[in-house]
Amino acid sequence: MEIVLAIAIGILTGSGVWLLLRPRTFQVIMGLALLSYAVNLFIFSMGRLGLALGKAPLIQAGLPQNLVHYADPMPQALALTAVVIGFAMTALFLVVLLASRGMSGTDHVDGSDAGDEPGADVSNQKKRP
Amino acid sequence: MMTTLNQFMAPLMPHLMLAPILLPMLTAALMLMLREEQQRLKIGLNIGSTLLGLLVSIALLCWANGQGAARTMDVYLAGNWPAPYGIVLVLDRLSALMLVLSSSVGFASVLFAIARWHRAGVHFHPLFQLQLMGLCGAFLTADLFNLFVFFEIMLAASYGLLLHGSGRARVQSGLHFIAINLAASSLFLIGASMLYGLTGTLNMADLARSIGAIKEADRNLLHAASGILALAFLIKAAVWPLNFWLVPAYSAASAPVGALFAIMTKVGIYAILRLWTLLFGVEAGASAQFGSLWLVIGGMLTMVFGALGMLGSQRLSYLAGYGAILSSGSLLSAIGFGQAPLTAGLLYYLPSSTLAISALFLLADLMDRWRNDGATASPFEEDAPFLNAELVPTRGLNLDEDEEVLTGRVIPAAVAFLGLAFMACTLVIAGLPPLSGFVGKFAMLSALLNPLGLGASGGQQPGSANWALLILLIGTGLLALIALTRIGILHFWAASDRAAPKLRWLEGLPVAALLATCVGLTVQAGPVMDYMQATARVLHTPAMYVQAVMSAQPVLRMDLVGRTGAINPADVKDAR
Repeated sequence: MEIVLAIAIGILTGSGVWLLLRPRTFQVIMGLALLSYAVNLFIFSMGRLGLALGKAPLIQAGLPQNLVHYADPMPQALALTAVVIGFAMTALFLVVLLASRGMSGTDHVDGSDAGDEPGADVSNQKKRP
Repeated sequence: MMTTLNQFMAPLMPHLMLAPILLPMLTAALMLMLREEQQRLKIGLNIGSTLLGLLVSIALLCWANGQGAARTMDVYLAGNWPAPYGIVLVLDRLSALMLVLSSSVGFASVLFAIARWHRAGVHFHPLFQLQLMGLCGAFLTADLFNLFVFFEIMLAASYGLLLHGSGRARVQSGLHFIAINLAASSLFLIGASMLYGLTGTLNMADLARSIGAIKEADRNLLHAASGILALAFLIKAAVWPLNFWLVPAYSAASAPVGALFAIMTKVGIYAILRLWTLLFGVEAGASAQFGSLWLVIGGMLTMVFGALGMLGSQRLSYLAGYGAILSSGSLLSAIGFGQAPLTAGLLYYLPSSTLAISALFLLADLMDRWRNDGATASPFEEDAPFLNAELVPTRGLNLDEDEEVLTGRVIPAAVAFLGLAFMACTLVIAGLPPLSGFVGKFAMLSALLNPLGLGASGGQQPGSANWALLILLIGTGLLALIALTRIGILHFWAASDRAAPKLRWLEGLPVAALLATCVGLTVQAGPVMDYMQATARVLHTPAMYVQAVMSAQPVLRMDLVGRTGAINPADVKDAR
């Protein structure tokens, strides 16, 4: 199980970083989204060692209230917060992305294709009003 | 006077510590409910709340300073759970200093903003308050994850503020700013969760306690976690080569926002100073001083980058942006030495350089407007949907009740004022006598040459790193001086046929106030330096912080005491 999780986090991070370094804003936002998935999984996997695995973090009747019978609730709380914040920030980034697209007429992260990607077709770009 | 103040504050503490966070939050919430047309009310609320925040911060600073050696910091258990289970806020001298600094910069920029900039877009006032809330929260919290949350509040507000006024340059640099900060937040989370996996706690004091007891097999993992976490803070602190976003973003931002952002790099510096001294002090065993070389070298490269950038920039706001990088670099590399006298010096340098850079951002706006004959404040506004050339809201979008035009009552002798203010900025940023930049740099240089304090060399010679930083501090000061003088000559001496600038009181006042604070820091250098030395001593004795946080007792609720089945927070701690 550990190896599956580790590979999943690795693939998500790798693709995220690669996309983050691409020149198109949509690729960047996808990269950031993948990175945040990887980070959330990573937080989950960082539950404190030595505690019970595969248990619910809720107090149940009949079970003694100690850390042997319950999973660590902390990473779940952290992941929840991180998900909410990451989601909001990605939404905000999307708005700025669209504004940038509307103002510059291109989806390049620098607002212009000049000197970048020699093969790219620049002629069909929308002219600014 | 100080004892009277402390007597007055004694019953309010520690609850007054919450005020710097709650006050902006409630003000922002209230302002969100007001319609955009009620600008005058919003201005009143914003100024009132910021001023009150400044007064509270100053009171907290006096309180933090006035305590005896036995209790050097105040601890607030937000959920009434003892550390490390609940979220903890801590007020010590460093947090109080940063609170006062951010409130002063905030107050100056809100004063500047209400002259005209606040009309450039919507929701300026609530965003401004939320930014202050994030800043104050980050300075007060003693919990790593809580620090992340306050960072995000601060950043979310700063994204909005950066885009205030819109325009292509702002959107473009905002895109980069948001992308790099989202990436940095991911790094923050990875680092924080790794530290949690290793130590089982996110409370800074508990973390500091656990570092000494870490298993030898886990040490590399600890270093990796700290490195990743530090990277997140270093991006905020604009260390080279992670600072290419800063200058375009800060210079594209509207002037009051740029002035407020001068404190944002200092948040990264604060986080590094706080966590590095806590986690990797002498008590960390084999990990003591981990990463110090990285900080020193990274800081030095940043200094060189900042100074060369200043030398190469034509635009005033670029100059201010590179000035912020230069100051960040000096502070980082001085932190890296990990010596209390040097830390005291850099703590003195921190507020004065922040205030001067903040004033320079405001001045840049005024001088650009003067140069452009009041036509446009900066070259970007042709794209701004909310603005026309006069910075008056367009028709159909009446954001303002009184259509007061720019040329209201203007200050006499505005050129003289601008010139003197620019000169004062130059003196502080370049570190020349007689202003506070010199005192700060002198304290740092003296600490570099005498690591054990004046007259107590003990036969120990300053090392090569000390000499390198010494040369860099003087050299970058010289480069900054050249750059600023050249721009000053171009603006004030080489342009004789310009009309006198039209300057309003509200625009002159914040610049004058920021620089007067620098003068005040110089005049009161003795007491201020004592304060900084006390701060540095506590910072380099992490055991005091750990002890203060871990021994904080929750308030017992009388109606729950003795009742069976009720969980008493005080018992939880014993059970551990």
